[in-house]
Amino acid sequence: MFYRETGQFKTTYEADSAVFPILQDRIGIAAMLVFMFVVVPLFANDFVINAIMIPFLIFALAAIGLNILTGYTGQISLGTGAFMGVGAYACYKLTSIFPDVSIIVMVLTSGFFSALVGVIFGLPSLRIKGFYLVVTTLAAQFFLEWAFIRIPWLYNYNDSGAIEVPARSSFGVIITGASATPTARYMVVLCIVVAMTWIASNLIRGRIGRSWMMIRDMDIAAELMGVRPLYAKLSAFAVSSFYAGVAGAMMVFFWLGAAEVESFNSDNSFLILFMVILGGLGSIMGAYMGAAFIWILPILLRAAPEFFGIDVGADTMEHINFMIIGALIIFFLIVEPHGLAKLWQIAKEKLRTWPFPYA
Amino acid sequence: MSTQDVMPGDVLLNLENVSLSFGGVKAIKNVGFDIIKGEVRAIIGPNGAGKTSMLNVINGFYHPQEGVITYKNVQRSKMKPYVAASQGISRTFQNVALFKGMSTLDNIMAGRTLKMHKNFFWQMLRFGPALQEEMAHRRKVEEVIDFLEIAHIRRTPVGRLPYGLQKRVELARALAMEPELLLLDEPMAGMNLEEKEDMSRYILEVNAEFGTTIALIEHDIRVVMDLSDRVVVLNYGEKLADGTPQEVSSNQAVIDAYLGVGH
Repeated sequence: MFYRETGQFKTTYEADSAVFPILQDRIGIAAMLVFMFVVVPLFANDFVINAIMIPFLIFALAAIGLNILTGYTGQISLGTGAFMGVGAYACYKLTSIFPDVSIIVMVLTSGFFSALVGVIFGLPSLRIKGFYLVVTTLAAQFFLEWAFIRIPWLYNYNDSGAIEVPARSSFGVIITGASATPTARYMVVLCIVVAMTWIASNLIRGRIGRSWMMIRDMDIAAELMGVRPLYAKLSAFAVSSFYAGVAGAMMVFFWLGAAEVESFNSDNSFLILFMVILGGLGSIMGAYMGAAFIWILPILLRAAPEFFGIDVGADTMEHINFMIIGALIIFFLIVEPHGLAKLWQIAKEKLRTWPFPYA
Repeated sequence: MSTQDVMPGDVLLNLENVSLSFGGVKAIKNVGFDIIKGEVRAIIGPNGAGKTSMLNVINGFYHPQEGVITYKNVQRSKMKPYVAASQGISRTFQNVALFKGMSTLDNIMAGRTLKMHKNFFWQMLRFGPALQEEMAHRRKVEEVIDFLEIAHIRRTPVGRLPYGLQKRVELARALAMEPELLLLDEPMAGMNLEEKEDMSRYILEVNAEFGTTIALIEHDIRVVMDLSDRVVVLNYGEKLADGTPQEVSSNQAVIDAYLGVGH
């Protein structure tokens, strides 16, 4: 009834190929941006920003990265956690060596280190596919975890073996370290994530994104259309790892404040893969939905009994939480194996004709 | 490797003594024929005659052990399919090989990949030159969509389309490459009469309007007789006959191959 594109005519191909061709979608996304940029910093408390919003954005960015590789290029990877680690350690080393350079520049630069490592571990994808590739990316995971422990230079020979974030400021505001306010950190993360989401969506809709999807859907025909598998696959690994690396660096510098190798283990890789699968392979919106489902929903569930005034023990609630989340994951994957993003798309299709679907 | 332009009526592609084997199996035995620019060339033969292998040799999927292939007057060395694509050879497949997760529009845009050159940086911003390039190619793609009358399925993921339309989208994708030589592997397999008539019309129109040289494999002998200028007949990897449809259809060896020999 309200969600309908009737009367919205496109007169140029530019308008026709916009990300949100329908006015209602544009209003919706503008409202989301206002909420994220204005409402959250003004009204949300430190807990919401620190424990929900910042990690949600960072995981969403990592999920976009993995989605580029797995959802768009069809190369399944279980090395995301390690690639995030490369970004984090690279950023730590960079800011130790060049303390005067803005930390935002360093976070973005560390993505290139991660991209390089990603390309190296992406080389096997030129020869092997599917489950066998999963195993080689798992090798990346184990090797890099080993490197994070065994190469003390990476953590500046700390006794703890952990990396601790020094205080750094940008434009006169302290944005990392213990003295930075959650709101400042949140705003930096939000700006980077929004910008990188925009870039990802541009890449995907252009020639490069199409060549990734061509490789995913039918690599033989892709080669025939002039796509070089070497270039397409490795560029997907590079971009994907870049995103993972930036997400990893932000995770340490703007969220955790300190990290050791456990922060980047294979649990992390699986967590992000689940976000991608549950949210929807091959959808940027899906990366956000998956991250919200897996990160935000458990926190909300945990807070629910108190909100409704029901007295449940903390550990009982934790068990119930696991059961509910598990059941919901199974439920959503049965209802729509292509993920929440697809479900949302179907809902929108239905909404277009509601309440007169046969009119 | 540079190629020279070929005028209509000259030989576009020439194969001499081509032999291809997989281990002990000889798929193509010492076959040679030519394709003249601007013609519709049919390759026919019973199942397993080596027709598809022949197309795979032409567009660089298979590398024959022996033989000389000359394309646009330049002798060709061992090459990758994307090199063949960049030299103007495009094709469709016997079993539709579309990008199933992508829309019709994206599938056809995929055919323009080789003609798009804006680098990663511009692609990232999708602004200025990159956007202009994208839209210029969109315009070309829309022309192909109009030509093949598939505007109504522009946004549909091709996996959801019926078989006949998938075949048409595949032709559209090949046409979007603006090929000089178009290889069609059984473009009418599994189609009903109406769809075959439509497809025949499109093939003739492509040939007449764009001057595209076409090599097609087809089992429907009436289609072959009506569409093609010249026919080459393969049987068990060997060349049986080569000539106009009339010559070929009256050739005793061809009739024997198709109908069997009385004992």
